[in-house]
Parts: sequence; C-alpha cells; structure tokens
Amino acid sequence: MTSSTPKRPPQRPWRLSLDDPRVAGIFWQIVVVGIAVAIVAWLGWNAAHNLSARRISTGFAFLGREAGMPIADSWIDYNPKNTYLRAFIVGIVNTLRVAVIGIVLATVLGTLMGIARLSSNWLLSRFAAVYVEVLRDLPLLLQLLFWYVLMQGLPAARQAWRPIEGVFLSNRGLIIPSIPFGDANWWVLLALIIGLAVFYVVRRRLIAQQMLDGRPRPAWPYALGLVIALPVVVSIIAGARWSIALPELRGFNFVGGWTLAPEYFALLIALVTYTSAFIAEIVRSGIQAVPKGQSEAAKALGLKRGFVLRHIVLPQALRVIIPPMTSQYLNLTKNSSLAVAVGYQDIVSVANTTLNQTGQAIEAIALIMLVFLTISLGISFFMNWYNARIALVER
Amino acid sequence: MTSIAHTPEDPLPLGRPRARRTLGGMIVAWLRVNLFATVPSGIITLLMLFVLGKAAIGLWQWGFANAVWFTSGNDSAACRAVRGIGACWAVIPEKYRFILFGTYPFAEQWRPALAVLIFIALFVVSSRRSFWRKELVLLWAVSLFVIGLLMWGGLFGMSYVSQDRWGGLPVTLILATFGLAFGFPLGILVALGRRSKLPAIRSLCVLYVELIRGVPLISLLFMASVMFPLFMPDGVNIDKLLRAQIAFILYAGAYLAEVVRGGLQAVPRGQYEAADALGLSYWKKNVLIVLPQAIRHVIPPLVNTFIAFFKDTSLVLIIGIFDLLTTAKTAIIDPAWQQFSVEVYVFVGVIYFVFCFAMSRYSRSLEAQAPR
Repeated sequence: MTSSTPKRPPQRPWRLSLDDPRVAGIFWQIVVVGIAVAIVAWLGWNAAHNLSARRISTGFAFLGREAGMPIADSWIDYNPKNTYLRAFIVGIVNTLRVAVIGIVLATVLGTLMGIARLSSNWLLSRFAAVYVEVLRDLPLLLQLLFWYVLMQGLPAARQAWRPIEGVFLSNRGLIIPSIPFGDANWWVLLALIIGLAVFYVVRRRLIAQQMLDGRPRPAWPYALGLVIALPVVVSIIAGARWSIALPELRGFNFVGGWTLAPEYFALLIALVTYTSAFIAEIVRSGIQAVPKGQSEAAKALGLKRGFVLRHIVLPQALRVIIPPMTSQYLNLTKNSSLAVAVGYQDIVSVANTTLNQTGQAIEAIALIMLVFLTISLGISFFMNWYNARIALVER
Repeated sequence: MTSIAHTPEDPLPLGRPRARRTLGGMIVAWLRVNLFATVPSGIITLLMLFVLGKAAIGLWQWGFANAVWFTSGNDSAACRAVRGIGACWAVIPEKYRFILFGTYPFAEQWRPALAVLIFIALFVVSSRRSFWRKELVLLWAVSLFVIGLLMWGGLFGMSYVSQDRWGGLPVTLILATFGLAFGFPLGILVALGRRSKLPAIRSLCVLYVELIRGVPLISLLFMASVMFPLFMPDGVNIDKLLRAQIAFILYAGAYLAEVVRGGLQAVPRGQYEAADALGLSYWKKNVLIVLPQAIRHVIPPLVNTFIAFFKDTSLVLIIGIFDLLTTAKTAIIDPAWQQFSVEVYVFVGVIYFVFCFAMSRYSRSLEAQAPR
C-alpha cells in the first residue's frame, strides 16, 4: 500500500526572476487581479460620486415604499398602493409562471416534433423539419411581436371566436372554463398527490422484485386503488362539489372562467414554439445517438415498437438529451424576460419600471441578476440530480 | 448505373406485390413506402393532407389571391378594403427604404446599401476554407474600416452622418459583426484563462462567464443604457449605439468562451506535452499548437453561436436602438398603415431567415465534412 504514493519530483530552488514559471505565475496573477480591482474601484468611485451628485441614496430602503405601479395580470393580490417589495414578488411569480408552464409545454411539443422528425412517414418528418428550421431561424423577439399583433388583431369580446363551447378567443385573450375550488376540492387534490407519490414508491418496489426473479408484477391494480379510488373516496367523504364554470359574455367583458391575458398568451406561445424547435433537434440527435443495433436487437426479440421506444431507446437517449436540455430550459427562463416588449409584467419589466421611477438603477439590476441566478442555479441543480439518477450504472 | 436494375434483392418490403418498373409503378411504390406503410401511418398522412391543405389554401387566398401588391401614393384605402381576407403587401414598397435603412438621409442611402453588400461579401469570403489564412484578418480590418467610412462619411465628398441617424439592416449587421469580431478574441482569452493553472485568473474568468450567462441579455442591455453613464466620470458621454455594442461584445465573449473551452478540452494532452517538451512559451504553445486544433473542432457550434447572436441583436429594440426590427416596428406607427404589421413582420422575418438559414446550412455542411 505504501508504494502506491508517487514520489514527488525534487523541488527546484526558487529564483526571483520571471523565468521561473512559479514566480511568473504569481506575478501575472497579481497584475491581472490588480487591474480588475482597479477597474471595479474606479467604476465604483464614479458611481458613488454620480449618485451623490444626483441625490440618489443607495441601498434597498426603497423596497418598503409605495410602488404606485399598476400590474394588470397577477396571481397574488396586488394594488398600486402596495410596496415595491410586493411588486417585485408579483414580478417573480409572473416570471415563474411563464417559465414553468413554458418548460413543460415546450418539452412535450419538442419531444413530439423530434420523434416526428424521425418518423418513417415522409410527410410528417418533412413537416417537422420545416417547423424546426423556420422557428429556429427567426429571432424570438420578432416571433413574439408577431404573435402579439395576431392576438390584438383578433375580434373584440362581443364577436369572440368560440372553437368549443365555453372557450373564447378574442383580443382580451383566451378564456377557458374553470373549476371552482373549495376546501373539499383541495383535500381531493392533496389525496391525488399523495396517491401518486405512494404509487411511485410501490411501482419501484415491484420493479425491484421483478429484477430478482424475473416474474412481471402488474402495477395497474395499485394505480387503480391509489390514483383513482383514493381521490374518489376522499371526494365523497369530504363532500367536494365538482362543477365547471363556463365563462359568459356580459356587456363588454367576460364573467367566470379562467383568463389568459393576450400578453401572457402571446409570450407563452412564442416561448413554447421557439424552444420546442431546439428541443426537437436535441431529442432527434439523442435518439439517433442510440446505436441501431439496440432497437434491432429489441425487434429481434419480438418486442413491440412502442415498447422498444419506451424501454430500450428513450432511456439510453435521455443520457445524451439531458445536458443540452438543461441549457434550453435556462434559455427559456432567460428569454421570458422579453415579456417587457409586449408589456407583460415579469421581474425584468417590474424592475425596469422601478428603475425609471426611483432611479435606483444598481439595486434594480442587482435584483434582476439575483432572481435569474437563483432560478438558473435551481434548474441546474434539479437537472444535475436527474442526470445523475438516470446515468448509466456500470456493473 | 445500369446495375441497379439488375440487383437481385427487391427494396420493397416482403409480402407485397412487386410493382412494375414504370413511372406510375414507381410513384405507387414510393407512396406505399413513405406515406402509407402502415395503417396508422396512412391515417396520419390523410389527416395531415387535410389540415395542411386547408392551411395552404387559406394562406394562398390571404397571401396571393386576395392580396394588394401596389397602391398609388401613400394611400392604404385599397388595403383596408381587403383587411382580414387579403394581405397588404403594398406596405412593403411603401416603407422598404425606411425599414432597411432607417432615418439615414434618403439621397445618401446608397452608402449603407453598399456597406451591407460589403458585409455579405465578407461573410461569403470568410466561409471559404481556402481563405482561412492570416490575410483574412487583414481583409476584415480593411472591410470594417471601409464600412465605417461609408457609414460616417465626411471624406471624399461624402457628407457626415452621425450614428443616431443610422438604422435598419446595417445597424443589425454592425452590432452582430463587431460583436463577433471583438467578442471572439475576448472569448479565446477567457477560455484560456478558465483552463489556466493560476487560481486567481481562473476564478476571475469563471466569475465573468457565469455572471454574464446567468442573466438575460436584456438586463445587460439595460445596464448598458441606464447604468453605464452612472459609472463614467463627469463629462464622459458615450454614444448609445457604442454602449450597446460593448454590452454585446461582453455577452458574445462569455458564450464564445464556453464554446472555445469545449474545443480546448478536445485537444489531446499529448499535444500540450509535446509543445512543452519543445520548450515553447505559454503563448507560442497556445497560438501555434493548441488553438488551431481546438477551433477547428468547434467550428459547427461556433456557427450556431453566431446564429443565436445574430438573432439576439434584435433585442436592442427594447432599449430603443434602430436595428432592423425596430425600424420595422416604427414603420407601422404611421396611422395609414398601422393595421398591416403582420405583412411588415413577414418581410423582416424573411430577411432574418435568409441570413440565419444560410449560416445553419453552412454549419451543417461543415459538420458533414468533418472527419469522424
């Protein structure tokens, strides 16, 4: 055991000259860091001087002041009399709500398009190819403005399009039926989530058992009990009432239902379609990276097409897909800041208004950076965890 | 060529009747393999034919059959008559000079037009493998100088035009090209710094790259337009376009650094060791041995970064710089043409698409040529 530690090469004596790589290294580091510190100090000194000349106080005290900024589209209670802090929280929630829903939809659409691209059906694969090429080669901002203009060009509320009963598409946005939620309904939702979690654990144990003796154990009875029966029983016990509130046109506006404002809707469409084109390419190259022998061997075993895709090809493709997918998710989140161009009040838009009202440029931009760095780190951590989980286990 | 007809194996799936080698037979065979191979595939084909056909007819009626192509004078009455059922392409001949060149003096607009042509020629020349030599750097320097001369003027009898009158396509190309021309060397330096053995330099580079990549481009542009003046001493006033340009250079530098770093990692260690064994200095080792190999490795992802960067220049719309997208959006503020923004966006979209599509085709051809 002792012999495995490598012998260190003999240390050369230090010479105080730039010819010695160690001395040169320390010297250049001091020079570069010195320049960087000097630049930052110079900028900071200028900023302090300019701020005091303009009588702008630094610090985050402004967050406690009244914002006086109207925010039309918010999921939490807000009015212009609230503080800047609350306005910022509304902005963060708005960013997250576009980013999270956008990521889910873009993943679904992108995966479908990526698979369609590889379809043996010529028409379908050509269609997917054109979709990807066109969306990737146009600036996102242009697409966003395009969708927003289309949205504004929709008929007024009174002549709204009604593709299905209860769904209205007008220049007020998309209005869809909603399900009114009482306490009992929340209990049912909770039961559903618990049921799904327990089912997930049970299914893992079933698969582990199958690994031991090779006998397949059906999971569907558990699914029936945990995911369907449990919520139904809770619903009956708690006396939850399930109804669908159809939106109605009263006067010039809609009552009831769930409204997606045109700004939000345009932003969501633009982000989802744009990102899905990139995801489609990632999924396609991921699937193509799986050696053909894998699916041929599976077919030779007599497995069905769908089974081969789900159990042989996709698990292997995922390992190639996840890292670039992570950066697409980060891109989507960062791109959601284009909201400011159509007047959807996300964090960047709120910070920008704050900056114009208070002149607190440094603080506002620091907050934007803080929020995005936090979101980016969050997504990176989650995806790294997922990547490690699905990584190839070498035996 | 004749041997194909005599191959013993039939390319058609087994169990199907052999189609006769006539044109009709070949079409039927192609349809059967590519569109109606299985029942679900056939259903998908029919469904898509129905939906795409309907969409194509609708687009044809809107874009061609019912469209208005020209009007006389600044009169949009004919367009408003077909609103909703036909496109108003007449807005393009009416506004294209403004969309392409912004508020540049009308009589002088041959200058930005020539600048755009020089840009395109420069891109085409740079894409040829046979021109990848040292002289290319010189060519770039000369071309960019000539473009600056054309845009500003003030010499050779050309009147002086200040930057705030520049607009449209030249501004988009300037932002993208100068951003790359300066961002690329910056990116190489940062990539080298990030792989340096010196901890202080490495952490500075990591900090720079992660800070820039962690935030949206818009916040960098806001910084450039709002915060930058705060950080300058009194009396120093840098033009808005130049400030945006600096933000773009810093942005491009961070993204290109990551691409170049990928290339550096792909260079085998033996190359570094051999260079060290020859006694080459750090810079000679990197410039002569490592970087040429590293960059060759990452040319396709570099071109993809260029495409993304070209598209991202449109974000200057938000801080009010007149690039191609901003001039398009401004052109339709005119009340007479206000309702026809879709047509203008389609026009601008075609211009962006041509540039990006050319680049992405180029990147793909490079990938196909790359030795595996």
